[in-house]
Formats: sequence, structure tokens, C-alpha cells
Amino acid sequence: MRHQFTVRIGPIGFRVGSDWAAPIAALQDLYRYYPSPNLPDFTVRLEATHWWRRWLRPSIRIGGDYMLPEAAPLPLGFGLLAAEMAMNLQLALGGRRYLLLHAACVARDGEALLLTGESGAGKSTLATLLAARGWRFLSDEFALIDPETGLVHPFPRLISLKNAAIATAIAARPDAKLGPLLVGTPKGDIRHMVPDALAVGAMDEPARPALLLYPRHGFAAEKRGVPPAESFVRLTQASTNYVAMGEAGFTALTRLVRAVPAQAIDYPDGATAIDQVEALWRTR
Amino acid sequence: MRYRAPDAAALLTAELDAFTAIFHRPSGITHLLASPAREILALLGEEPLDGDMLLARLADRYDVADATRDALAARLDELVVAGLVEPL
Repeated sequence: MRHQFTVRIGPIGFRVGSDWAAPIAALQDLYRYYPSPNLPDFTVRLEATHWWRRWLRPSIRIGGDYMLPEAAPLPLGFGLLAAEMAMNLQLALGGRRYLLLHAACVARDGEALLLTGESGAGKSTLATLLAARGWRFLSDEFALIDPETGLVHPFPRLISLKNAAIATAIAARPDAKLGPLLVGTPKGDIRHMVPDALAVGAMDEPARPALLLYPRHGFAAEKRGVPPAESFVRLTQASTNYVAMGEAGFTALTRLVRAVPAQAIDYPDGATAIDQVEALWRTR
Repeated sequence: MRYRAPDAAALLTAELDAFTAIFHRPSGITHLLASPAREILALLGEEPLDGDMLLARLADRYDVADATRDALAARLDELVVAGLVEPL
């Protein structure tokens, strides 16, 4: 394709090809401190829906090895979002080296805290707030569990902030580099934030999972221990490749839920959640 | 009718508090079993048994004394549907 970009995010290499220059320029700018992969694991294509749509009301169709048939084309103005969505999708559906959990992840002293939950549970926001308080940011989207070692590998892609989380995250990290504000996407307003230098510099250093949290936003502060069997069921559902991983996935996940304590927490706001997380971390 | 379960090599198991997670290698399907399904599976993995023999061994080996013939038949049906137990 006429415009190309490659990047390595943790252990995963991507190549993005595009019919247009703008999405590639945005990626190059935001990922400027990231390394290039030796050999990309996944290729993403941002293609014009029709040849004339490169110029007239440009509309992007996402292409790659792994696709969802219902993925709708996006306008060119959302090119960065299209690229990020496509990169996530390739990893989510095609990743086989790691058990992929839909979870945000931060670490302290080599020990990792995994935050998993539905979209809107506040994973990206909480990970950003914790990183602003000195935790190492590993990912706001995927925890990559190595089936051999049980360690979680960083995947510090751009942090995808949505709606109210945008202002909260910027208040926590006012110096953070940001992508353009994308207004009115299918997920509302979106703005990408570049992870901090610590996260990018340590993207090759895995951490040992030490605490699993299931946060839920919009409720009075509450906590409840989650037994291993419930954690197991929740995480099979939160994994994008558990079934495809077969035996390795089973072994990795049962080991994780037996070794790592888990808590469900309800929280009314970010500040309360941070206090809850710090308290649980101290007594884990 | 006698029933049999796969031998131990066909299953990966992990105890998770009150449950047992089982990965069935031939199908690649994960199951989460509670008592007495996991005990039934263990006994039928040793040798094929009919309902009465199974009931007796459950009482004998696992102290599952309150199991009735009807309840056992229902659990066996579930395990057959799940593909973990095979009627002979």
C-alpha cells in the first residue's frame, strides 16, 4: 500500500498499510518513541471502500488477517481509531503466543495488578490514574499471559480514553502527549493518550500477576472476595483467545486463578477506587 | 446400561475451590464440575459401571450417601450430553 508504518508494542509487532497519509502520520507521531519490529506479527490495511472514496467523502475499510464481518467503515477523520481498532482485533483474534485477557494492567516492584471488566468499567481510567501515582503502566486493554511462565507481558498501546475519562486522565497527566479529539465515533468521543516514558521504556519487562480486580464504576464503594472458580469463569469470558489456545490456555488460566487473589470492587469515582486499590494491594 | 468415562490421560483437571475445572483433550472443551459429577467421572474413568454399581461406589468411596438412583441418572445424562461420559 502507498503509506506504511511499523511498530512494536511489547512483544507484538504490527505493520499498518494505508491508502491515505494522514492516519500513518498520526501513528508515526504518537508512537515515535516505540521500536520497530524485526518481523511484524500482524498486518493491518486501511483501505478506501471504493477507489474514488480515497478523495470523495473518504471512507476507511479495515483489512487484515482476522476480521469481524460486521465491522463498519469509518470516515477518514477517524483514521487513527480505525488503525487502533484493527491492530487490537488482529491481536485479539489471531494472538496465539499469549493467553489474552481483556484487562488493564499496572505493576509495582515487578508485581502486576490486573483490572478486568466490561467496557465502561473504567479499566483505562484506573490504569492511567494509577500510572500517574507511580505504578508502571503495562496496558489499558490486554494482559498478555505467557503460558510457559505465567508472567504478564506489557502491551502499552496508546491509551484509548472515552467520553468523561478523557478529562479525568488529562487532569491526572497534564503533560501527556495526546492524539486528536475524535468526536462522535461509534463509541462516543475518543482521545488517545501516549503512555508515559516508564511504560514505553520497560515494555520488554514482564511482571508476575499478584492481584486480580473486577472493578465496577457507578456504585457505592464495596468489595467482595472472588473465589477461584468464579474468577476462572469470568476470565474465560474476558479472554479473546481462550478457546483457540486449547490446553495451554486452560493450564495458564487455572494456574493464574489459583495463584492470584481476586476481589470485585464497586466504586463511585476514581479517587475512591485508587484508595480501594492501594488498600487491597497492601493486604493482598 | 453401563457407562464409561475417558481415561485420565484424556483429561486435564484443576481443583478450584468447590469445583473442578476439566479440559477434555479430545474435544478441546472446558467443563466446570461440582460434586458429585466429578466423583462420577473419576469412578467411570477407572472402569465402566452400571447405575447400581456406581451408586454403591459413590457411597463407599466418596461418602455420597444421599444420592438417589433418579438423581444419579440425571447427573449421568448431563455428563453424556456434555460428552464426558459414554453409554456402552
